[in-house]
Amino acid sequence: MNLLLALICGTLFGAGLAVSGMTDPAKVIGFLDVTGAWDPTLGFVMGGGLLITVPFFQLVLQRTQGPWFAEGFRLPDRHDIDARLITGAAMFGIGWGLVGLCPGPAISSLAYLNLDILYFGIAMTAGMFIADRF
Amino acid sequence: MESYLYGLLGGVMIGTAAILLMMSIGRIAGISGLFFDSLKSPRSNVWALLFVAGLILGTGMVQMFSSTPTPTLSASLPLIITGGLVVGFGVKLGHGCTSGHGICGIGRLSTRSIVATATFMIFAILTVFVRLHLL
Repeated sequence: MNLLLALICGTLFGAGLAVSGMTDPAKVIGFLDVTGAWDPTLGFVMGGGLLITVPFFQLVLQRTQGPWFAEGFRLPDRHDIDARLITGAAMFGIGWGLVGLCPGPAISSLAYLNLDILYFGIAMTAGMFIADRF
Repeated sequence: MESYLYGLLGGVMIGTAAILLMMSIGRIAGISGLFFDSLKSPRSNVWALLFVAGLILGTGMVQMFSSTPTPTLSASLPLIITGGLVVGFGVKLGHGCTSGHGICGIGRLSTRSIVATATFMIFAILTVFVRLHLL
């Protein structure tokens, strides 16, 4: 049951990425280009996502005993702001701005069977494993 | 206008998927993290493997019913590789990306995620500014 639900959630997530325009790097760059020909579309994606997650995460995490099919909610337990968080986020931002792909769309876009996207995915995976050793 | 509606609809789908994953199996839909776990220790993260398979399936299904051509990258191969490496390194070091920090973390009102999201948005905007308007 857990596995089926993970597949369903992944599919809905991947469909949402494609419907929203997040899988189109040109649109992403257009959103980030605030001083140029700014395309606000992806602001609506973030807004639509938070419209759901902000109220419902509080509701689910505070008003329910736990998930339907698991022992408990697995949540990050850290609250400190450290240099790794800032450095990592800054690096991610630079890479995102360079190519227009963040990890979700990079993976889901493998469905487009485009070699450039595959190369990006392989490099991204390599980057993760290198960082894992630090 | 239509593109804004699709953006909103896609965002609602993404948010719903994140909530459903937490409600059902108690996990955060942070893609960089679950993707890494699914590769590093696939046997203990079969759920993550299936989520990743779903991501590709979902995007592929939408493309099947879409009349727009598949998006392509407008960057040179060295830039694509560099971008990929930096994104992968950064999200691992910073414990999350647009989904984990941006959608789920802010959704949980986590200070770390709010700071991380503000940081990567600012750096992404600066990078695009430098690339498109200064170079």
